[in-house]
Amino acid sequence: MTLIETDGEDLLAAIRKLLVAKNLVTEAEIAERQQATDNASPGQGAKMVARAWTDPAYKALMLEDGTKAAEAMNIPMRGMPPLGVLENSDEVHNLIVCTLCSCYPRAVLGYPPFWYKSAAYRSRAVRDPRGLLGEFRTTLPDTVKIHVVDSTADYRWMVLPKRPAGTEGWSVEQLAAIVREGDMVGVTVPSV
Amino acid sequence: MTYAPGDPVVVKNDWPETRGPVHIRTPHYLRGHKGQILRYLGDHPNPEDLAFARPAAKHPLYHVTFPMNELWPEGRANDELVVELYEHWLERP
Repeated sequence: MTLIETDGEDLLAAIRKLLVAKNLVTEAEIAERQQATDNASPGQGAKMVARAWTDPAYKALMLEDGTKAAEAMNIPMRGMPPLGVLENSDEVHNLIVCTLCSCYPRAVLGYPPFWYKSAAYRSRAVRDPRGLLGEFRTTLPDTVKIHVVDSTADYRWMVLPKRPAGTEGWSVEQLAAIVREGDMVGVTVPSV
Repeated sequence: MTYAPGDPVVVKNDWPETRGPVHIRTPHYLRGHKGQILRYLGDHPNPEDLAFARPAAKHPLYHVTFPMNELWPEGRANDELVVELYEHWLERP
């Protein structure tokens, strides 16, 4: 039997046993990471965004050190690449892409949406960002400067979108509910 | 750390992939282009060595901005690319 014919579950069990036997990781650490991966979803990033919209001190922390801001929301960041958060404003709109592969802030947003890894998204984001945003029904005024952030190295980047008008007085739970994963990649903007 | 925010830089017009197996984190579309340092992002082990399990020295990493019209004929001057680049890929213009 070749490696390719081996049952995937058996192979995984064998690798886990080897990792533990060689003292590279403990069973508890594997379980912890598995739990963190299962829990990671855009809902976690949305909670961070909603808090940043209502808590200026938290927003300052988030823009200064995304990893610490995630940890402050009990999102496990141990062993994860550093997280950077970029703020959208009336002047600047950030759009995240990884042209080299598919770097994505998985710790706070979970698995990337299918289009994020596509060659079409990766090439058009850097060459024709306004045309690409149009495909997502996102139109920005000409006066807004687009920053296309090509995530090439050690950081993972997430967008802090602008809080939409019409949400005055909303609770953080209500606010978190309107933040979608695309808003935190920069292909869409939250609306009510 | 050699560069400060605002410093003009040029991405080395180097193509190591033509000389043998490599792992590089500098996109091809930026090589030879002029940009500007936006911010310093700390020192990080060189991924070009990490990928081959070689001892990896730490290099300063920067966010570098490029006006879109510097990169593409139809690019808008007001829009920008923001990319993480290691210091050993940057030169003074």
